[in-house]
Amino acid sequence: MSNKNTPGTSMLAGEPGTLNASRRKFLAIATAGIAVAGLSGCQKIWEHIPKPGDDDDDWKPVDLGSGDVGILNYAYALEQLEAAFYIRVIDKAYSGIKDSEKMMLTDIRQHEIAHREFFKKALGKDAIKELSFDFSSVDFSSRASVLGTAKAFEDLGVSAYNGAGSLISDTGYLLIAGKIVSVEARHAAYIRDLISYGSFADSTVVDNNGLDTSRKPADVLAIAGKYIKNKITASNLPS
Amino acid sequence: MNLENILNHIETVDPEIHERLDTRRKLFKNFAGFGTKLAAAAVPIAFGSLLNKSYGQAPPAGVLDVLNFALLLEYLEAGFYEAALKNPGMFPSAASRNAITTIGLHEKQHVDFLKAAISGAGGTPIAKPNFDLSGGGGSGNGPFKDATWNYRLFLSVAQTLEDTGVRAYKGQAGNLKGTGAVLTAALNIHSVEARHASHIRQMRQNANFAAIKPWITGKNPVGLESLVQANYNGEELTMQAGIEIININGKKISFENATESFDEPLTKEQVTNLVKGFIAA
Repeated sequence: MSNKNTPGTSMLAGEPGTLNASRRKFLAIATAGIAVAGLSGCQKIWEHIPKPGDDDDDWKPVDLGSGDVGILNYAYALEQLEAAFYIRVIDKAYSGIKDSEKMMLTDIRQHEIAHREFFKKALGKDAIKELSFDFSSVDFSSRASVLGTAKAFEDLGVSAYNGAGSLISDTGYLLIAGKIVSVEARHAAYIRDLISYGSFADSTVVDNNGLDTSRKPADVLAIAGKYIKNKITASNLPS
Repeated sequence: MNLENILNHIETVDPEIHERLDTRRKLFKNFAGFGTKLAAAAVPIAFGSLLNKSYGQAPPAGVLDVLNFALLLEYLEAGFYEAALKNPGMFPSAASRNAITTIGLHEKQHVDFLKAAISGAGGTPIAKPNFDLSGGGGSGNGPFKDATWNYRLFLSVAQTLEDTGVRAYKGQAGNLKGTGAVLTAALNIHSVEARHASHIRQMRQNANFAAIKPWITGKNPVGLESLVQANYNGEELTMQAGIEIININGKKISFENATESFDEPLTKEQVTNLVKGFIAA
């Protein structure tokens, strides 16, 4: 994520449309930055210069919001990530994929799309935008790379919902989180078993009280951030 | 379990707890550092007793009731796997025996965790009931009487117990709202049960006992059919919080995928009714 905030050296190389849009954006921000912060705002201005080729608004921080809306947007962001990942996985399946694997991974894709769309619809006008993702660290032609990433996402999802439960005020949404987290745990166990049969609930995720992992939103987003191009603002979430 | 996390939750989630904690903040602060040094086995006891102290008395009876209800189910699961593991020859492979050993161990850990948490909070953990693992309500002659030595039947019953356990914990989440640490612990158990269910379903698929997925499709029990249909009824739901999941927002989502995407809860009464055949009265 830090890369995209670095001023590009080749803004002129962009397509004319992009360049114009970028230049307009730059000028707008530069003006605002200077107006607000004077010369000391220079650093900020540079940080916000979009690179050509970035999606139009990727550089704008995405604020998840506060209260239950914030938690639902947090879940929506994670489901967007998972859905985008599995869409890529199925679009061009890794070499040597078994029919049964492709069927199950397609199921998982559908589940994540269903989750994503549920949150989008439940949030309505409060929903965050569609995020942009960076899967450059994933080799989609490699089974090990794809399943390793899937395992990380599913375990992360389980820990995210487990950690978010106590931050939800509305009983109905708490129940929804419960309905989804067990499906993510089913996914996690399946993916883990594909990688190493019998590792569905090993000691890397389950402690010696028999308890699964839970993570705070900040910890989850620190891990997921590697794959999300947008800067996510989670500071208004309940804690 | 991340104790500091839990303590943070107690402090911030429930305003009532927060007020109680104000005078005891120092105690908790000390404990937060202390917790990381505690042996894991000692954690639930300390956790329970601190929870107790934070209320200045035992937590509300409702919370202890939920924990005792969970304890009953964990006793049952632990007892079932313990009995099956006494017939090691039943397992066709080391992998299958190891998986059930792992799952059985988790259920025992859940029993110990819940007992210690209940005691520590000033409650009384229920005693382990006498189980009739045949499901015969004490007759010893119920439909599952071969389940601890017939591998095929064993896996079917194990799957039903795990899927039902997931539903049972889910059904209690709302009753634990505002308890912070207790809710998080219950959620952390809940997802472990779901991991178990997923693996046992794969074991059945891999043994060619059933064409079954790691997730629940419709309300299909896949195997024991009418014997356990009630354990799966309601899983066919496709409407979530008033939103239809089939083809949601114009995306092509089938009935099957819509039902698989969300697991459904059961009430305490429903679960109690479902497991009563396993209690020898």
